[in-house]
Amino acid sequence: MPSTRTDNRSDDHQWTAVDRTMQRHDYRPEALIETLHTAQERYGFLESNTLRRIADRLGVAPSKVLGVATFYNHFRMQPAGEHTLAVCTGTACHVKGNDRILAWVKEHYALAPGETTPDKRLSLVEVRCVGACALAPVIITDGEIIGKKSFAESTTAIREWLDDAA
Amino acid sequence: MQRETLQHLAEERRRYLAGFDHHLLVCAGLGCPGNEEIVAELNRIVKERDLADRVLVRRTGCMGLCALGPLVRAEPDTIVYQGVRSEDADEIITALGREPVARLLLPPDLPFFTRQSKRVLALCGRIDPDNFDDYLAAGGYTAVITALTAMRPAGVTRLIEGSGLRGRGGAGYPTGLKWATVAKAAGERKYLICNADEGDPGAFMDRAILEGTPHAVLEGMIIAAYAVGASSGYIYVRAEYPLAVQRLKRALREAERHNLLGHAICGAGFDLKLEIRLGAGAFVCGEETALIASVEGGRGLPRPRPPYPAERGLHGCPTLINNVETYANIPLIVTRGADWFAGAGTERSRGTKVFALSGKVRYTGLIEVDMGTTLGEIINDIGGGTPDGLALKAVQTGGPSGGCIPADLLDTPVTYEDLGAVGSIMGSGGMIVIDETTCMVDMVRYFMQFCMEESCGKCVPCRVGTVQIHRLLGKFCEHRATPADLETLETLCNLVRETSLCGLGQSAPNPVRSALRFFRQEFLDRMVQPADTPEHNS
Repeated sequence: MPSTRTDNRSDDHQWTAVDRTMQRHDYRPEALIETLHTAQERYGFLESNTLRRIADRLGVAPSKVLGVATFYNHFRMQPAGEHTLAVCTGTACHVKGNDRILAWVKEHYALAPGETTPDKRLSLVEVRCVGACALAPVIITDGEIIGKKSFAESTTAIREWLDDAA
Repeated sequence: MQRETLQHLAEERRRYLAGFDHHLLVCAGLGCPGNEEIVAELNRIVKERDLADRVLVRRTGCMGLCALGPLVRAEPDTIVYQGVRSEDADEIITALGREPVARLLLPPDLPFFTRQSKRVLALCGRIDPDNFDDYLAAGGYTAVITALTAMRPAGVTRLIEGSGLRGRGGAGYPTGLKWATVAKAAGERKYLICNADEGDPGAFMDRAILEGTPHAVLEGMIIAAYAVGASSGYIYVRAEYPLAVQRLKRALREAERHNLLGHAICGAGFDLKLEIRLGAGAFVCGEETALIASVEGGRGLPRPRPPYPAERGLHGCPTLINNVETYANIPLIVTRGADWFAGAGTERSRGTKVFALSGKVRYTGLIEVDMGTTLGEIINDIGGGTPDGLALKAVQTGGPSGGCIPADLLDTPVTYEDLGAVGSIMGSGGMIVIDETTCMVDMVRYFMQFCMEESCGKCVPCRVGTVQIHRLLGKFCEHRATPADLETLETLCNLVRETSLCGLGQSAPNPVRSALRFFRQEFLDRMVQPADTPEHNS
């Protein structure tokens, strides 16, 4: 089937990039985290099959690869939704009321941090301080920082973003 | 030979820059969203009006006053515009050399600018971080040339020891002493690492330095590597800082291209290879042994010290680990001397310190002050006090490892010793202002939740203790705590502090201990009152 062939080709293309990262480090085990970064960039998330291939290539036990992948917050084992809303949970954002915004998002979209809506449209993530504390409270819509807004302005911005993005 | 080449490039760049009547510097830091559109619009109008040979639009790092951004600076008139939008571009260009645009003008005598003492940040917001020649033109890399061609490694280390520079990552260990230990350590192979894993929530000094003057950090690292005899090194930077990573990568390529990294640097018999390693979102990796484990590709688990990394670090070799701001201070000390450096600050805390000022303060942003400046001067003079007239309650320094300093201690000078004496720490430089609307019990519970979630789980006191402290604090938040809970809380805090394996656990109780010291009444007010319990009523 043509579509499958395309998928395979695209998968090969992504894997080549992952392999290139490992090659740059002479396939040494210490390349593991760098490789996981490339894999997540390419595939969007870390599938168990990808982890197994990386383990194989670097000569690292699959259990160790899984251990590393799950130790760090940055790596995700599930595909992200079409859009990602990140709410900064840094101290300045906390003091400026981001817990209220987070609670609103949780309720309004029936989502917990780390989850994606059943229609795969929106993923919600909590992020540790992104270092834009002077703009607190900060939310990030598909990578774009929105700050210096009140609770009402922030929730409006989220609603408009999701409508606009439809 | 290389000295001449670099000097030539610097002079050429200076001549080029001097050829323009006006420079428009646009803050292209993370704290000024929308700056790309402003740059594009300014450039479009410059072209449209045929001003390309008179007006130069340049992107820079953070100018500091993020609260009023996006900022645009017009040179040589030293005018700063605030809250600029791309629609303002036309007016700004028309006003060049004439009356400035009044509605956007920032008062030139604003204490936010006049009360600071910029050394590490002197070039941040003044040069294009992506332009190697810009850094050269501002005197960059002359310290590397001086150190590598006119000084011996031991002489560089002695200079840093003499300056009294202490680590800017938080603990304040004497930098020169650390260098001397690594230099003396036995071993063929030595490493150097830049800790750019700025994990404290509320801290963004290192991000701003990396985004604004990445070459200054590289320059400091090259000098350090030469002094301790390291031939390869890593910059361990948070994945949450994509812009800093991008600028750092470019800076590395430029430095390699100009033989400031690589083989036989500056014609001296000295080689250095630097690589970037991306963190992956683990606060514990700010701890040096956990960071090393992460650079080695594993989980970021700390190990007991000694042996310290200076003796046995990366791959078991002697390893020098310094923080971003520490490295950024090095070129200045080499160029200007130890006495100049010690001219700012106090006897035991010399030089300046960069702080990230945020929370309930009017002028949030990035600042640099002489050590010894009081918290009050920082918050009220530079920061302009609280924004809506609410009473200031406390200032939090040191993040989840620090403490809250109450408003009546605002005359505390920022030095390693004085902040320690009031139960907090210098930390890496996050400073969060808290007003009367914030409940301290809620605040410390927030920090404890952070430590609980970030505990790596290796040692029991931290893994279990943080969960139990968090649970106890929850009882206070819900007004369910008893006097016995208060006693348990204090006991647990001491236990976790004294028995945890690494700095994360040892310092995790600090916010609680500090709040219990200065805001005890808030805890007492949140306990079960005798009248609330039926058994006491009967």
